[in-house]
Amino acid sequence: MTAPLDVPESTTQTLAPVAGPGAVAGRSPWQIAWTRLKRDKVALAGGVVVLLLVLVALCAPLIVRLLGHPPLEFHYEKVDPDLQVPTGRFGGMDGEFLFGAEPVNGRDIFSRIVYGSRISLLIAFLATVLSTVLGTVAGVTAGYFGGWVDTLISRIMDVFLAFPILLFAIALAGVVPDQAFGLQGDTLRILLIVFITGFVNWPYIGRIVRGQALALREREFVDAARSMGASTPRILVTEMLPNLFAPILVYTTLLIPTNILFEAALSFLGVGVRPPTPTWGGMLSDATHWYQIAPHFMLWPGLAIFVTVLAFNLFGDGLRDALDPRSR
Amino acid sequence: MRRTRKNPRRLTALALGAVAAVALAACGGPSTTGSGSGGGTGGGAGGTADAGGIHNPSDATGGTIRMANSGDWDSLDPADTYYAYAWNFVRLYGRSLMMFKSAPGQEGATLVPDLAESAGTPNADSTQWTYTLRQGVKFEDGTPVTSKDVKYAVERSLDKTTFPNGPTYFNDFLDLQGYTSPYQDSSPDKLGLKAIDTPDDRTIVFKLSKPFSGFDYFAQLPATIPVPQAKDTGSKYKEHVVSTGPYMFETNDLGKSFAMVRNPNWDQATDPNRKPLPDRIEVALNVNSDDIDNRLIAGDLDVQIEGSGVGPAAQGRILADQNLKASTDNALLARSWFTNVNGEVAPLDNIHCRIAVQYAVDRTGYQRAYGGATGGDIATNLMPPVIPGAEQFDLYPSAGNTGDLAKAKDELNQCGQPNGFTTGISYRAERPKEKATAEALQQSLQRVGINLEIKPYPLVDYLKLYAGKPDFAKANNLGLMVYGWGADWPDGFGFLSQIVDSRVIRDTGGNSNLSVRDPAVDALVDKAVTTGDDASRQKAWVDVDRKVMEDAYIIPGIWAKGLLYRPANLTNVFITNGFQMYDYLAMGTTRK
Repeated sequence: MTAPLDVPESTTQTLAPVAGPGAVAGRSPWQIAWTRLKRDKVALAGGVVVLLLVLVALCAPLIVRLLGHPPLEFHYEKVDPDLQVPTGRFGGMDGEFLFGAEPVNGRDIFSRIVYGSRISLLIAFLATVLSTVLGTVAGVTAGYFGGWVDTLISRIMDVFLAFPILLFAIALAGVVPDQAFGLQGDTLRILLIVFITGFVNWPYIGRIVRGQALALREREFVDAARSMGASTPRILVTEMLPNLFAPILVYTTLLIPTNILFEAALSFLGVGVRPPTPTWGGMLSDATHWYQIAPHFMLWPGLAIFVTVLAFNLFGDGLRDALDPRSR
Repeated sequence: MRRTRKNPRRLTALALGAVAAVALAACGGPSTTGSGSGGGTGGGAGGTADAGGIHNPSDATGGTIRMANSGDWDSLDPADTYYAYAWNFVRLYGRSLMMFKSAPGQEGATLVPDLAESAGTPNADSTQWTYTLRQGVKFEDGTPVTSKDVKYAVERSLDKTTFPNGPTYFNDFLDLQGYTSPYQDSSPDKLGLKAIDTPDDRTIVFKLSKPFSGFDYFAQLPATIPVPQAKDTGSKYKEHVVSTGPYMFETNDLGKSFAMVRNPNWDQATDPNRKPLPDRIEVALNVNSDDIDNRLIAGDLDVQIEGSGVGPAAQGRILADQNLKASTDNALLARSWFTNVNGEVAPLDNIHCRIAVQYAVDRTGYQRAYGGATGGDIATNLMPPVIPGAEQFDLYPSAGNTGDLAKAKDELNQCGQPNGFTTGISYRAERPKEKATAEALQQSLQRVGINLEIKPYPLVDYLKLYAGKPDFAKANNLGLMVYGWGADWPDGFGFLSQIVDSRVIRDTGGNSNLSVRDPAVDALVDKAVTTGDDASRQKAWVDVDRKVMEDAYIIPGIWAKGLLYRPANLTNVFITNGFQMYDYLAMGTTRK
């Protein structure tokens, strides 16, 4: 996506709206994008799933109260005391335990998946916000000012892109003590992972924003604003940023599933949020010891990660197509 | 601690992030009959053991026994080996002064003289032990074995730089006077160690720096297997160990496989302990453990050499099939899984708070975490029942072992914490069973208001940097530490000495005793170490066990069991309590 975006430009006040015949109502670029998005059924489906997931995460306690058991509660009665696998067919799936029970302790997998969505989405969203903010600031600065500022920021981005992020995360999560920065427990772990993920992923957005900013700063409306004496911050915030909004939105949407996967990988490796707090990656990791005798335990967290990542990706792709049809 | 097979796999396990290389055997199994808490002869999960616990008794010779190891051997060098299976197997190619009898069940945990004519003769205060070697024992090349070969073997085992894996009992107990290694020895015959005398070719005298009444257990260590100085190549000796036993190495491809054939210079007349049946023994190394299980069941393999039992997948398959199940032994091991209670972390410095924890624990949850009845029996004290003289007692009884909450609350009141308290619990991150234990303890202690914060730490540094480092454990509020221990040999000293004696706790970390700090326990240990006669010594170790339980420094979890599978063609198969696995010395095969 190196080509500048045409569509959102017309939102800026520097371009006069094209006067059309009275019968045809003028449509804003956002309306046009929305129309395009509505036609893309796959993306729309992705969007709906994403909305549902957010709802599930927000309403987790309510859903679990209605349909499941507390996520940390043991149900030894659901587990065969000798084989340690849930009794009943398909891992004990029934009306009470919708997704069956965990081996050994009989915890309700449904409840744990529902609660796990909170951790996954929370970490992914926060980390993405962090990446986006850092990436946008760095990208706009580099792109607009150019010269040595650009060189410096670009090299820093190269360093970050070359960073072995997973190893870094494992090392950092391993050495940070149980209490640090006045925080402890899950809060500390979540913020730590948010920090690691967000801090390492920002160059992806930064590069794209820089490319866009490079092209934008040569545009007439920016020249015009500059010649009219607008201050640099004003040019950056009022002239450049609104035109960068579309690509930032698209890449933010596409970064979320990456971060969900990353969080799952960290939990899988045991450096994420600590047990017994349910996470999808952690459940998947536990399930690896049971996949031959209790495959349902691996199925559900795997499915949850798969569906979430797919939904975000489909939605993100659709959004990009809608906002910038030429990138198709 | 004599290590179980899982340790060498830990790096792989770490690298894969896959934690499958887990504890002894089981992830589930049916309620099995055999080996109740007392005997542990591994009567079997339904096998057809004859009287005495021997399956398929036979004295037919010939054939090849095929064994496989899911990892590498720690070392074939007798000075450098510390695994139970390796000590079991080493008897095929080496003769130590004493050895564990090749006999089923508890009899297998008794010592018999092997290279020595009889058990050691101590002096009055047990600081000097004398052995006389049998006549006519030869190396595989026909050279006669002398006491100097034994002395040399012990000398080289002291060199922990060249042989880091072996136990350090000789380093700890011999009166070394600064001796480090025969490779640094300035005396021309390299036999400069003053702690061992060889007045003639058949006599060897060990001089200790402190009294020790159980020296015969040291004399069974593979380090006393004679090594001919002329053939010693230091760390490369494991490429060709010179045999004194009934088998010698035909080929040895380190890390891949080796094969053993009969040793022509081994003489049955010199050896009342061995009746070698097969003509050939083949061992494959670094074989995938699921592959081993499948080949065992298919009959393409005879022995899983580590003796840790089949993996969870094969176990599920075996337990679901009565025929397969009939060919298994559910052997009780000399191993306990337990959780240490850290008296340095408030409020657990108060004994009433520690006792409250003991009463609040649901022991059935602990057992479930380790795979139910197939994984082990619920432990009520420390010492596993397979250890001779061990007594089973329960100071904190509860109905159905699910915990006595009323008593727990009462103890909490006496401790001044009526509403409970919060503390941490650590476990080794790569071990799912320890994780399940931590979660189960969290659930059961929560019933009386004791909240646990679960803290996983990497297995490799668990003792060095985390739970085994006192100031770390204290600073990080590790009130409970999930742990376990296997006996070096089935005896009170071999099991308890490293985990309850507070004098082995070092501030620098790497401790095996995580929390037991009581001078009274230390005094009882000293008494047990110096007690001469067997019965009183065993009783003395039970007193140690009881005192630790009274102090409530350790929450007993389970006494571990492994599910072993034996193919139909194996003869003379039995579990020996000396190693808590099949005896490799007696085994034969019908497959020619």
